[in-house]
Amino acid sequence: MATEYKLRMGDGKRVFMTREQIVADIKEGMADAADLGSIPELTEDEIDKLVDILIMPSRMVGVELGKEVPVTHDIGTIRLDGDQGNSGVGIPSSRLIGSMMHERAFGADTMELGHIDYSFKPAKPVIAQEMQTMEVCQQNMVIPLLYGAMPNMGLYYTPDGPFENPGDLMKAFKIREAQESMEHAAKHLTRDTVWIMQRMMSSGSDGVNFDTVGAAGDGDMYASLHAVEALRKQYPDMYIEVGMAGELLLGLHGEMEYDGVTLAGLWPHQQAPLAAKAGANIFGPVVNTNTSRTSPWNLGRAVTFVKAAVKASPIPCHVNMGMGVGGIPMFETPTIDAVSRASKAMVEIAGVDGI
Amino acid sequence: MGMPISHIMTSGMSGIRAAGDLVARMQFAKSMRVGDAKNYVAKKLNVSTDDLSDEYVMRELREELGIGVITSVAGAPKGIAAKMNIEKLLDIKINCCEKFRKQLK
Repeated sequence: MATEYKLRMGDGKRVFMTREQIVADIKEGMADAADLGSIPELTEDEIDKLVDILIMPSRMVGVELGKEVPVTHDIGTIRLDGDQGNSGVGIPSSRLIGSMMHERAFGADTMELGHIDYSFKPAKPVIAQEMQTMEVCQQNMVIPLLYGAMPNMGLYYTPDGPFENPGDLMKAFKIREAQESMEHAAKHLTRDTVWIMQRMMSSGSDGVNFDTVGAAGDGDMYASLHAVEALRKQYPDMYIEVGMAGELLLGLHGEMEYDGVTLAGLWPHQQAPLAAKAGANIFGPVVNTNTSRTSPWNLGRAVTFVKAAVKASPIPCHVNMGMGVGGIPMFETPTIDAVSRASKAMVEIAGVDGI
Repeated sequence: MGMPISHIMTSGMSGIRAAGDLVARMQFAKSMRVGDAKNYVAKKLNVSTDDLSDEYVMRELREELGIGVITSVAGAPKGIAAKMNIEKLLDIKINCCEKFRKQLK
Protein backbone atom coordinates (compact mmCIF):
# COMPACT_ATOMS: atom_id res chain seq x y z
CA MET A 1 0.00 0.00 0.00
CA ALA A 2 1.34 3.43 -0.96
CA THR A 3 2.42 5.79 1.82
CA GLU A 4 -0.10 8.49 2.54
CA TYR A 5 0.85 11.95 3.80
CA LYS A 6 -1.18 14.26 6.03
CA LEU A 7 -2.16 17.38 4.12
CA ARG A 8 -4.97 19.95 4.11
CA MET A 9 -7.89 21.00 2.00
CA GLY A 10 -8.31 24.67 1.11
CA ASP A 11 -10.72 25.01 4.04
CA GLY A 12 -8.16 23.52 6.43
CA LYS A 13 -9.66 20.03 6.80
CA ARG A 14 -7.20 17.12 7.11
CA VAL A 15 -6.76 15.02 3.96
CA PHE A 16 -4.52 12.01 3.24
CA MET A 17 -2.72 11.83 -0.11
CA THR A 18 -0.10 9.66 -1.80
CA ARG A 19 2.97 11.24 -3.41
CA GLU A 20 1.47 10.61 -6.85
CA GLN A 21 -1.74 12.39 -5.88
CA ILE A 22 0.24 15.33 -4.48
CA VAL A 23 2.27 15.70 -7.67
CA ALA A 24 -0.87 15.44 -9.80
CA ASP A 25 -2.62 18.17 -7.78
CA ILE A 26 0.42 20.49 -7.83
CA LYS A 27 0.62 20.12 -11.60
CA GLU A 28 -3.09 20.74 -12.03
CA GLY A 29 -3.02 23.91 -9.88
CA MET A 30 0.13 25.10 -11.61
CA ALA A 31 -1.39 24.51 -15.06
CA ASP A 32 -4.48 26.49 -14.07
CA ALA A 33 -2.33 29.51 -13.10
CA ALA A 34 -0.13 29.21 -16.18
CA ASP A 35 -3.18 29.03 -18.42
CA LEU A 36 -5.07 31.93 -16.81
CA GLY A 37 -2.08 34.26 -16.57
CA SER A 38 -0.23 33.09 -19.70
CA ILE A 39 2.82 32.63 -17.49
CA PRO A 40 5.49 29.91 -17.29
CA GLU A 41 4.89 26.71 -15.35
CA LEU A 42 7.19 25.64 -12.53
CA THR A 43 10.26 23.57 -13.45
CA GLU A 44 10.48 19.87 -12.53
CA ASP A 45 13.01 20.78 -9.81
CA GLU A 46 10.62 23.32 -8.35
CA ILE A 47 7.77 20.81 -8.37
CA ASP A 48 10.02 18.28 -6.59
CA LYS A 49 10.96 20.94 -4.02
CA LEU A 50 7.30 21.77 -3.42
CA VAL A 51 6.51 18.08 -2.88
CA ASP A 52 9.41 17.81 -0.42
CA ILE A 53 8.11 20.81 1.54
CA LEU A 54 4.56 19.46 1.62
CA ILE A 55 5.52 15.98 2.87
CA MET A 56 8.04 17.04 5.52
CA PRO A 57 7.12 15.04 8.64
CA SER A 58 7.48 17.94 11.09
CA ARG A 59 4.38 19.77 12.23
CA MET A 60 6.07 23.10 11.49
CA VAL A 61 8.72 23.75 8.86
CA GLY A 62 10.97 26.78 8.28
CA VAL A 63 13.06 28.38 5.57
CA GLU A 64 16.70 27.41 5.32
CA LEU A 65 19.04 29.45 7.53
CA GLY A 66 20.04 32.63 5.71
CA LYS A 67 16.92 32.71 3.53
CA GLU A 68 14.74 34.63 6.00
CA VAL A 69 12.74 37.61 4.66
CA PRO A 70 11.12 40.65 6.30
CA VAL A 71 7.47 40.34 7.20
CA THR A 72 4.97 43.19 6.77
CA HIS A 73 1.48 43.19 8.24
CA ASP A 74 -2.03 44.15 7.36
CA ILE A 75 -4.76 44.85 9.95
CA GLY A 76 -2.12 45.95 12.50
CA THR A 77 -3.04 45.76 16.15
CA ILE A 78 -6.68 45.03 15.36
CA ARG A 79 -5.71 41.36 15.36
CA LEU A 80 -5.19 41.78 19.10
CA ASP A 81 -7.85 44.22 20.27
CA GLY A 82 -10.41 43.82 17.50
CA ASP A 83 -12.99 41.06 17.46
CA GLN A 84 -15.61 40.83 14.75
CA GLY A 85 -15.80 37.07 14.85
CA ASN A 86 -12.95 36.74 12.36
CA SER A 87 -9.27 37.49 12.82
CA GLY A 88 -9.23 39.63 15.98
CA VAL A 89 -8.94 38.00 19.38
CA GLY A 90 -10.62 40.73 21.43
CA ILE A 91 -7.96 41.42 24.03
CA PRO A 92 -8.64 44.84 25.58
CA SER A 93 -5.44 46.75 24.85
CA SER A 94 -4.35 50.03 23.30
CA ARG A 95 -2.83 50.27 19.86
CA LEU A 96 0.47 51.34 21.43
CA ILE A 97 0.49 48.18 23.52
CA GLY A 98 -0.39 46.11 20.46
CA SER A 99 2.39 47.68 18.41
CA MET A 100 4.99 47.24 21.14
CA MET A 101 3.93 43.63 21.69
CA HIS A 102 4.51 42.92 18.01
CA GLU A 103 7.92 44.61 18.13
CA ARG A 104 9.31 43.31 21.41
CA ALA A 105 7.45 40.04 22.01
CA PHE A 106 6.49 38.65 18.59
CA GLY A 107 9.60 39.49 16.55
CA ALA A 108 7.76 41.54 13.91
CA ASP A 109 10.02 43.19 11.32
CA THR A 110 7.52 45.98 10.61
CA MET A 111 4.14 47.00 11.99
CA GLU A 112 1.21 49.14 11.05
CA LEU A 113 -1.41 51.21 12.79
CA GLY A 114 -4.99 50.94 11.61
CA HIS A 115 -8.40 52.30 12.51
CA ILE A 116 -10.79 49.73 14.04
CA ASP A 117 -12.93 49.82 10.86
CA TYR A 118 -9.71 49.52 8.82
CA SER A 119 -10.84 51.60 5.82
CA PHE A 120 -9.60 55.06 4.88
CA LYS A 121 -13.03 56.71 4.77
CA PRO A 122 -14.10 56.07 8.41
CA ALA A 123 -10.70 57.34 9.60
CA LYS A 124 -11.57 60.86 8.39
CA PRO A 125 -13.90 61.87 11.27
CA VAL A 126 -11.39 60.60 13.85
CA ILE A 127 -8.23 61.82 12.13
CA ALA A 128 -7.03 63.78 15.19
CA GLN A 129 -7.18 60.56 17.25
CA GLU A 130 -5.29 58.68 14.54
CA MET A 131 -2.60 61.37 14.43
CA GLN A 132 -2.14 61.38 18.21
CA THR A 133 -1.90 57.60 18.30
CA MET A 134 0.67 57.58 15.51
CA GLU A 135 2.80 60.16 17.34
CA VAL A 136 2.72 58.22 20.59
CA CYS A 137 3.54 54.95 18.83
CA GLN A 138 6.41 56.50 16.85
CA GLN A 139 7.91 57.85 20.07
CA ASN A 140 8.13 54.32 21.44
CA MET A 141 8.69 52.08 18.43
CA VAL A 142 11.88 51.15 16.60
CA ILE A 143 10.62 49.01 13.70
CA PRO A 144 9.02 50.74 10.66
CA LEU A 145 5.43 51.70 11.54
CA LEU A 146 3.07 52.39 8.64
CA TYR A 147 -0.53 53.59 8.65
CA GLY A 148 -2.65 50.85 7.10
CA ALA A 149 -6.16 50.85 5.70
CA MET A 150 -8.32 49.48 2.91
CA PRO A 151 -9.29 51.80 0.02
CA ASN A 152 -12.69 50.04 0.14
CA MET A 153 -14.39 52.08 -2.58
CA GLY A 154 -17.68 50.35 -1.83
CA LEU A 155 -18.12 52.76 1.08
CA TYR A 156 -18.67 55.59 -1.41
CA TYR A 157 -21.86 54.06 -2.82
CA THR A 158 -25.40 54.17 -1.47
CA PRO A 159 -26.47 53.38 1.21
CA ASP A 160 -23.05 54.06 2.81
CA GLY A 161 -21.88 56.89 0.57
CA PRO A 162 -22.95 59.70 -1.74
CA PHE A 163 -22.89 57.96 -5.13
CA GLU A 164 -25.53 55.70 -6.58
CA ASN A 165 -24.68 52.04 -6.27
CA PRO A 166 -23.24 50.78 -9.60
CA GLY A 167 -24.71 47.33 -8.92
CA ASP A 168 -28.22 48.77 -8.80
CA LEU A 169 -27.57 50.87 -11.91
CA MET A 170 -26.23 47.92 -13.87
CA LYS A 171 -29.26 45.83 -12.91
CA ALA A 172 -31.34 48.58 -14.57
CA PHE A 173 -29.03 48.43 -17.64
CA LYS A 174 -27.75 51.96 -16.88
CA ILE A 175 -24.20 51.02 -17.75
CA ARG A 176 -22.81 54.49 -18.47
CA GLU A 177 -24.40 55.84 -15.28
CA ALA A 178 -22.79 53.00 -13.33
CA GLN A 179 -19.41 53.83 -14.84
CA GLU A 180 -19.85 57.50 -13.97
CA SER A 181 -20.69 56.59 -10.39
CA MET A 182 -17.44 54.60 -10.15
CA GLU A 183 -15.47 57.49 -11.65
CA HIS A 184 -16.90 59.92 -9.07
CA ALA A 185 -16.24 57.48 -6.23
CA ALA A 186 -12.66 56.96 -7.41
CA LYS A 187 -11.96 60.70 -7.34
CA HIS A 188 -13.30 60.99 -3.81
CA LEU A 189 -11.35 57.94 -2.66
CA THR A 190 -8.08 59.33 -4.03
CA ARG A 191 -8.77 62.69 -2.40
CA ASP A 192 -9.65 61.17 0.99
CA THR A 193 -6.66 58.83 1.02
CA VAL A 194 -4.21 61.61 0.23
CA TRP A 195 -5.84 63.89 2.85
CA ILE A 196 -5.57 61.23 5.55
CA MET A 197 -1.99 60.31 4.71
CA GLN A 198 -0.86 63.94 4.62
CA ARG A 199 -1.96 64.15 8.23
CA MET A 200 -0.44 60.83 9.22
CA MET A 201 2.86 61.86 7.63
CA SER A 202 2.76 65.11 9.61
CA SER A 203 2.45 62.90 12.71
CA GLY A 204 5.60 60.93 11.93
CA SER A 205 4.24 57.90 10.10
CA ASP A 206 6.85 55.96 8.15
CA GLY A 207 4.34 55.58 5.34
CA VAL A 208 1.23 53.77 4.23
CA ASN A 209 0.00 50.28 3.50
CA PHE A 210 -2.81 50.18 0.94
CA ASP A 211 -4.43 46.90 1.89
CA THR A 212 -6.84 44.96 -0.35
CA VAL A 213 -6.48 47.24 -3.37
CA GLY A 214 -9.03 46.38 -6.06
CA ALA A 215 -11.61 44.94 -3.65
CA ALA A 216 -14.26 47.10 -5.33
CA GLY A 217 -12.90 46.43 -8.80
CA ASP A 218 -10.82 48.38 -11.28
CA GLY A 219 -12.04 51.76 -9.95
CA ASP A 220 -10.64 50.86 -6.54
CA MET A 221 -7.19 50.26 -8.03
CA TYR A 222 -7.45 53.33 -10.28
CA ALA A 223 -8.12 55.51 -7.22
CA SER A 224 -5.37 53.83 -5.17
CA LEU A 225 -2.71 54.20 -7.88
CA HIS A 226 -3.54 57.88 -8.28
CA ALA A 227 -3.28 58.31 -4.50
CA VAL A 228 0.11 56.56 -4.52
CA GLU A 229 1.25 58.83 -7.33
CA ALA A 230 0.18 62.00 -5.49
CA LEU A 231 1.74 60.87 -2.20
CA ARG A 232 5.01 59.89 -3.85
CA LYS A 233 5.18 63.31 -5.52
CA GLN A 234 4.68 65.08 -2.19
CA TYR A 235 6.79 62.69 -0.04
CA PRO A 236 9.74 61.27 -2.01
CA ASP A 237 10.98 59.25 1.01
CA MET A 238 7.61 57.88 2.17
CA TYR A 239 7.28 54.10 2.58
CA ILE A 240 4.42 52.89 0.36
CA GLU A 241 3.14 49.31 0.18
CA VAL A 242 0.38 48.28 -2.22
CA GLY A 243 -1.27 44.97 -1.37
CA MET A 244 -4.00 43.57 -3.57
CA ALA A 245 -7.42 42.14 -2.69
CA GLY A 246 -7.52 39.29 -5.17
CA GLU A 247 -5.58 37.59 -7.93
CA LEU A 248 -7.68 39.02 -10.80
CA LEU A 249 -8.56 42.69 -10.91
CA LEU A 250 -12.29 42.69 -11.56
CA GLY A 251 -13.46 44.97 -14.35
CA LEU A 252 -16.56 46.43 -12.77
CA HIS A 253 -16.05 49.62 -14.80
CA GLY A 254 -14.19 47.89 -17.58
CA GLU A 255 -12.58 50.86 -19.28
CA MET A 256 -10.43 52.47 -16.60
CA GLU A 257 -6.76 52.78 -17.46
CA TYR A 258 -3.56 53.64 -15.63
CA ASP A 259 -0.46 54.61 -17.62
CA GLY A 260 -2.24 53.48 -20.79
CA VAL A 261 -3.01 50.01 -19.39
CA THR A 262 -6.59 48.81 -19.01
CA LEU A 263 -6.94 47.75 -15.38
CA ALA A 264 -9.76 45.25 -15.80
CA GLY A 265 -8.55 41.67 -15.93
CA LEU A 266 -4.97 42.19 -14.75
CA TRP A 267 -3.18 39.28 -13.04
CA PRO A 268 -0.52 39.70 -10.31
CA HIS A 269 2.45 39.84 -12.72
CA GLN A 270 0.66 42.63 -14.64
CA GLN A 271 -0.40 44.54 -11.51
CA ALA A 272 3.10 44.77 -9.99
CA PRO A 273 4.68 47.03 -12.66
CA LEU A 274 1.76 49.48 -12.36
CA ALA A 275 2.15 49.72 -8.58
CA ALA A 276 5.85 50.42 -9.12
CA LYS A 277 5.11 52.99 -11.82
CA ALA A 278 2.75 54.85 -9.47
CA GLY A 279 5.51 55.04 -6.85
CA ALA A 280 5.04 52.11 -4.48
CA ASN A 281 8.10 50.62 -2.75
CA ILE A 282 6.59 47.20 -2.10
CA PHE A 283 3.91 45.22 -3.95
CA GLY A 284 1.75 42.55 -2.35
CA PRO A 285 0.48 39.97 -4.87
CA VAL A 286 -2.57 37.91 -3.96
CA VAL A 287 -3.67 34.46 -5.10
CA ASN A 288 -6.99 33.24 -3.77
CA THR A 289 -7.40 29.86 -2.09
CA ASN A 290 -10.00 27.43 -3.44
CA THR A 291 -11.59 25.77 -0.39
CA SER A 292 -12.70 22.74 -2.40
CA ARG A 293 -9.21 21.88 -3.61
CA THR A 294 -6.21 20.45 -1.75
CA SER A 295 -3.21 22.35 -0.40
CA PRO A 296 -0.95 20.92 -3.16
CA TRP A 297 -3.38 22.24 -5.79
CA ASN A 298 -3.68 25.65 -4.11
CA LEU A 299 0.02 25.99 -3.40
CA GLY A 300 1.06 24.83 -6.87
CA ARG A 301 -1.24 27.46 -8.31
CA ALA A 302 -0.26 30.25 -5.90
CA VAL A 303 3.49 29.71 -6.22
CA THR A 304 3.23 29.74 -10.02
CA PHE A 305 1.36 33.06 -10.04
CA VAL A 306 3.60 34.70 -7.42
CA LYS A 307 6.85 33.52 -9.01
CA ALA A 308 5.79 35.29 -12.22
CA ALA A 309 4.84 38.44 -10.27
CA VAL A 310 8.22 38.50 -8.47
CA LYS A 311 9.99 38.19 -11.83
CA ALA A 312 7.94 40.94 -13.48
CA SER A 313 8.06 43.36 -10.56
CA PRO A 314 10.64 46.16 -10.49
CA ILE A 315 10.06 46.52 -6.71
CA PRO A 316 10.18 44.03 -3.82
CA CYS A 317 7.19 41.68 -3.54
CA HIS A 318 5.73 40.84 -0.13
CA VAL A 319 3.21 38.12 -0.94
CA ASN A 320 -0.16 38.28 0.83
CA MET A 321 -0.47 35.18 2.98
CA GLY A 322 -3.42 35.76 5.24
CA MET A 323 -6.43 33.53 5.69
CA GLY A 324 -7.61 32.32 2.30
CA VAL A 325 -4.78 33.64 0.12
CA GLY A 326 -1.31 32.53 -0.95
CA GLY A 327 -2.01 28.84 -0.40
CA ILE A 328 -3.17 29.43 3.20
CA PRO A 329 -6.44 27.66 4.11
CA MET A 330 -9.59 29.80 4.22
CA PHE A 331 -10.13 29.38 7.94
CA GLU A 332 -9.98 31.74 10.90
CA THR A 333 -7.43 29.61 12.73
CA PRO A 334 -5.30 28.31 9.86
CA THR A 335 -3.25 25.31 10.86
CA ILE A 336 0.43 25.88 11.58
CA ASP A 337 1.47 22.95 9.36
CA ALA A 338 -0.28 24.53 6.35
CA VAL A 339 0.87 28.11 7.08
CA SER A 340 4.52 27.22 7.59
CA ARG A 341 4.64 25.06 4.43
CA ALA A 342 3.07 27.78 2.31
CA SER A 343 5.40 30.38 3.83
CA LYS A 344 8.50 28.30 3.09
CA ALA A 345 7.37 27.52 -0.46
CA MET A 346 6.81 31.19 -1.26
CA VAL A 347 10.29 32.14 -0.06
CA GLU A 348 12.23 29.22 -1.49
CA ILE A 349 10.37 28.60 -4.76
CA ALA A 350 8.51 31.79 -5.70
CA GLY A 351 11.46 33.88 -4.47
CA VAL A 352 9.44 36.54 -2.65
CA ASP A 353 11.24 39.46 -1.00
CA GLY A 354 8.99 39.30 2.04
CA ILE A 355 5.64 38.17 3.37
CA MET B 1 -3.06 35.84 15.66
CA GLY B 2 -1.37 32.47 15.24
CA MET B 3 -1.01 33.03 11.52
CA PRO B 4 1.31 36.08 11.56
CA ILE B 5 3.37 34.50 14.32
CA SER B 6 3.64 31.30 12.25
CA HIS B 7 4.98 33.39 9.34
CA ILE B 8 7.43 35.21 11.61
CA MET B 9 8.71 31.91 12.99
CA THR B 10 8.83 30.20 9.56
CA SER B 11 10.28 32.91 7.36
CA GLY B 12 10.70 36.20 9.22
CA MET B 13 13.88 37.99 10.25
CA SER B 14 12.85 38.40 13.92
CA GLY B 15 12.58 42.19 13.92
CA ILE B 16 14.72 43.88 16.58
CA ARG B 17 15.62 40.49 18.07
CA ALA B 18 17.97 40.43 15.06
CA ALA B 19 18.07 42.90 12.12
CA GLY B 20 14.71 42.39 10.38
CA ASP B 21 13.65 45.99 10.91
CA LEU B 22 16.83 47.28 9.24
CA VAL B 23 16.43 45.10 6.15
CA ALA B 24 12.75 46.07 5.91
CA ARG B 25 13.70 49.76 6.15
CA MET B 26 16.02 49.44 3.16
CA GLN B 27 13.31 47.65 1.16
CA PHE B 28 10.97 50.56 1.88
CA ALA B 29 13.45 53.43 1.78
CA LYS B 30 15.20 52.44 -1.45
CA SER B 31 12.86 49.82 -2.97
CA MET B 32 15.65 47.25 -2.60
CA ARG B 33 15.03 43.57 -3.35
CA VAL B 34 15.69 41.36 -0.32
CA GLY B 35 19.18 40.29 -1.43
CA ASP B 36 20.31 43.86 -2.06
CA ALA B 37 18.79 45.08 1.21
CA LYS B 38 20.57 42.33 3.17
CA ASN B 39 23.89 43.08 1.48
CA TYR B 40 23.50 46.80 2.20
CA VAL B 41 22.68 46.33 5.89
CA ALA B 42 25.33 43.64 6.39
CA LYS B 43 27.99 45.95 4.95
CA LYS B 44 26.92 48.81 7.21
CA LEU B 45 26.98 46.54 10.28
CA ASN B 46 30.16 44.78 9.20
CA VAL B 47 28.57 41.34 9.59
CA SER B 48 27.59 38.57 7.16
CA THR B 49 24.09 38.46 5.64
CA ASP B 50 23.40 35.27 7.62
CA ASP B 51 24.17 37.19 10.82
CA LEU B 52 21.24 39.54 10.13
CA SER B 53 18.79 36.84 11.28
CA ASP B 54 21.04 35.57 14.07
CA GLU B 55 19.81 36.75 17.45
CA TYR B 56 23.07 35.73 19.12
CA VAL B 57 25.12 38.04 16.90
CA MET B 58 22.62 40.90 16.79
CA ARG B 59 21.66 41.11 20.48
CA GLU B 60 24.97 42.54 21.62
CA LEU B 61 25.65 44.44 18.42
CA ARG B 62 22.32 46.26 18.60
CA GLU B 63 22.99 47.35 22.16
CA GLU B 64 26.50 48.48 21.23
CA LEU B 65 25.17 50.52 18.28
CA GLY B 66 22.25 51.95 20.27
CA ILE B 67 19.65 50.89 17.71
CA GLY B 68 17.08 49.31 20.02
CA VAL B 69 16.81 45.96 21.79
CA ILE B 70 13.80 44.07 23.09
CA THR B 71 14.65 44.45 26.77
CA SER B 72 14.56 47.61 28.88
CA VAL B 73 18.28 48.25 29.22
CA ALA B 74 18.63 51.28 31.47
CA GLY B 75 19.98 54.29 29.62
CA ALA B 76 19.99 52.58 26.23
CA PRO B 77 18.44 54.53 23.31
CA LYS B 78 14.79 53.62 22.75
CA GLY B 79 12.10 54.78 20.33
CA ILE B 80 13.09 57.89 18.37
CA ALA B 81 16.58 58.00 19.92
CA ALA B 82 17.26 54.48 18.60
CA LYS B 83 15.82 55.43 15.21
CA MET B 84 18.14 58.45 15.02
CA ASN B 85 21.05 56.05 15.40
CA ILE B 86 19.51 53.84 12.68
CA GLU B 87 19.37 56.89 10.37
CA LYS B 88 23.12 57.42 10.78
CA LEU B 89 23.94 53.73 10.50
CA LEU B 90 21.96 53.14 7.30
CA ASP B 91 22.43 56.63 5.83
CA ILE B 92 18.69 57.25 5.49
CA LYS B 93 16.20 59.76 6.85
CA ILE B 94 13.29 58.58 9.04
CA ASN B 95 10.15 60.72 9.01
CA CYS B 96 9.46 60.80 12.76
CA CYS B 97 13.09 61.68 13.49
CA GLU B 98 12.84 64.61 11.08
CA LYS B 99 9.67 65.75 12.84
CA PHE B 100 11.33 65.35 16.25
CA ARG B 101 14.35 67.45 15.20
CA LYS B 102 12.07 70.22 13.94
CA GLN B 103 10.35 70.37 17.34
CA LEU B 104 13.60 71.08 19.20
CA LYS B 105 14.17 74.74 20.09
